[in-house]
Amino acid sequence: MSQTVTAPAAVMAASGLACARGGIAVLDRIDLELAAGEALVLRGPNGVGKTTLLRTLAGLQPALAGRLAVDPEGVVYAGHLDGVKAMLTVTENLTFWARCFGTEPRETVARAVQAFDLDGLTDRAAGTLSAGQKRRLGLARLLVTGRAIWLLDEPTVSLDTASVALFAAVMRRHLAAGGAAILATHLDLGIPARSLDLSAFKARALIEHDDFNEAFL
Amino acid sequence: MSLWEYANPKRFMQISAAVLPWVAGFGGVCLAVGLIWGFFGTPEDYRQGATVKIMYLHVPAALLAINGWLMMLAASLIWLIRRHHVSALAARAAAPVGLTMTVIALVTGAIWGQPMWGTWWVWDPRLTSFLILGLFYLGYIALWEAIDDADTAADLTSVLCLVGSVFAILSRYAVLFWNQGLHQGASLSLDKEENVADVFYFPLLLCIAGFVLIFLALVLYRTRTEIRLRRLQALMARDRLL
Amino acid sequence: MIALLRRDLTLAVRAGGGFGLGLAFFLVVVILVPFAVGPDTEILARIAPGVLWLGALLACLLSLDRIFALDWEDGSMDLLATAPLPLEGVVAVKALSHWLTTGLPLTLAAPVLGVLLNLPTPGFAWLVLSLALGTPALSIIGAFGAALTVGLKRGGLLLSLLVLPLYVPTLIFGAEVARRGSEGLELGSPLAFLAGISLGVAALMPYAAAAALRVNLR
Repeated sequence: MSQTVTAPAAVMAASGLACARGGIAVLDRIDLELAAGEALVLRGPNGVGKTTLLRTLAGLQPALAGRLAVDPEGVVYAGHLDGVKAMLTVTENLTFWARCFGTEPRETVARAVQAFDLDGLTDRAAGTLSAGQKRRLGLARLLVTGRAIWLLDEPTVSLDTASVALFAAVMRRHLAAGGAAILATHLDLGIPARSLDLSAFKARALIEHDDFNEAFL
Repeated sequence: MSLWEYANPKRFMQISAAVLPWVAGFGGVCLAVGLIWGFFGTPEDYRQGATVKIMYLHVPAALLAINGWLMMLAASLIWLIRRHHVSALAARAAAPVGLTMTVIALVTGAIWGQPMWGTWWVWDPRLTSFLILGLFYLGYIALWEAIDDADTAADLTSVLCLVGSVFAILSRYAVLFWNQGLHQGASLSLDKEENVADVFYFPLLLCIAGFVLIFLALVLYRTRTEIRLRRLQALMARDRLL
Repeated sequence: MIALLRRDLTLAVRAGGGFGLGLAFFLVVVILVPFAVGPDTEILARIAPGVLWLGALLACLLSLDRIFALDWEDGSMDLLATAPLPLEGVVAVKALSHWLTTGLPLTLAAPVLGVLLNLPTPGFAWLVLSLALGTPALSIIGAFGAALTVGLKRGGLLLSLLVLPLYVPTLIFGAEVARRGSEGLELGSPLAFLAGISLGVAALMPYAAAAALRVNLR
């Protein structure tokens, strides 16, 4: 993606971004900017394209149009699935991701375990965890990657109230340390965040009745 | 005007609609004349007898089986590089036609081989290569059918076509290494002194022209169908969206 | 990359299945052959190299769809794709761990099964060598097939249809080395071709497989 001139503090900036799901444009003309220490909450009804936008920002799928300026090595994505291996223990799961992202496992894993209150579970196989515990493990992965921009898709699914508070605390610390995050969530986490309603960016279908172009629309 | 403007579906539909009847008609005439001339107007071969006349079906079909794959390879490359949907759809449209040609070549070859070699099938390098080519066609078609999202399917089949081409060539040489074979040399070539005798040559050329034109007509027709199908899917998807 | 390899191997060992199933399949196929062609030791000795190669190939095919499917289903693939590891490297590591858990045990088990089929004595060393050279190619080509079909619900059968024609050259040269070895013939050129295919495939196939994975990740 090409670089755009943005405010110095911006760690991620998109302009005129359009993204597609299944070959059909769902979102169009999105402008967003994210500064260090800032969180952005994506809102909108189901199916509006929150996941699609997050995947595009994470570089998992190409944008249809527009510019995206972000350091791809600074981004970490957490989707609906946790990427947790049932056969590995909690520590092994986290250690693997730490090695993968090139951080020092001993130090980061201990911090992540503590932050998400997984202390008593470290030697349990992840397959025996409850859904909420697994989710916490999935979120703990964010900490061991050592990356600044978190792209989170429904991070609070299957978390209980206490765990949500735990997550909000982690979030607050992350932002205070100069990190940034874009979340798709329906819950109010009680952290200072701007919100962006994606319904406003719904792609308008090009109406061309008797003339069809390359994209068949 | 650039060549690529023909890749616009609308323009493609207009031009192909105008061209299609001519290609099909001309191909039919060529094939009919070539076959009648070949079957009734040429002498029997002094060694092979009347069976030599299978050549008029076997050679053009074999030619198109290979060139059909080459066309798919070219179309896949164009899709991967320039992202013209028509190109991907043309590759998709050509595959079943190419597979049919492969089957015709194999079946006529077997019928020819029975009186000549005394067996319906030998594991001769040429026959084996064609069998493997048929498998590649099958896999390619199956992959197209299996994937729902049209662009994903186009991308993946194109990658398969590229990799498959490399392996088809590898298999060809591997098979040559494996068994030297009974099959006669190529019936036609540009740089060789020894071609089939002139009496067979012209009706054979006519048959080849007929086969090529009919192949083109079928691919054009199928591509038009695919384009209409894609248009329909796109409209339905838009309907769901709005 | 080493971390990924270590994780995949740990998973394969803990989940079982990996080695065991492929090996058992190989064993069963080889045991069934004499029932199908008769117990004549001379015939068995003649077809032994081919049967062992074919058995190894089919056993290899059996576990191909697991190369990416497990990581795909639990979302690890998305995360690996955004990790600093290049996707080509991920493919190469996955193919390597597939080979270590199937190709290598098959290679080591082949001589034992060779005894059952009366493989002539000079053939054993060449059989092992040809399998050792050829099975990596099977794993890497298989990884490409798995990358093509990873997004599909029922990709297993399609995967076999796609991968088997791609296996033809490897099978021809591999079985040729084993056959010539058991008959005491000169086998330099098929051996060189087999090694060439393995090396060429190892160098280029990860790019094709990674391209297919990227398309599937969209």
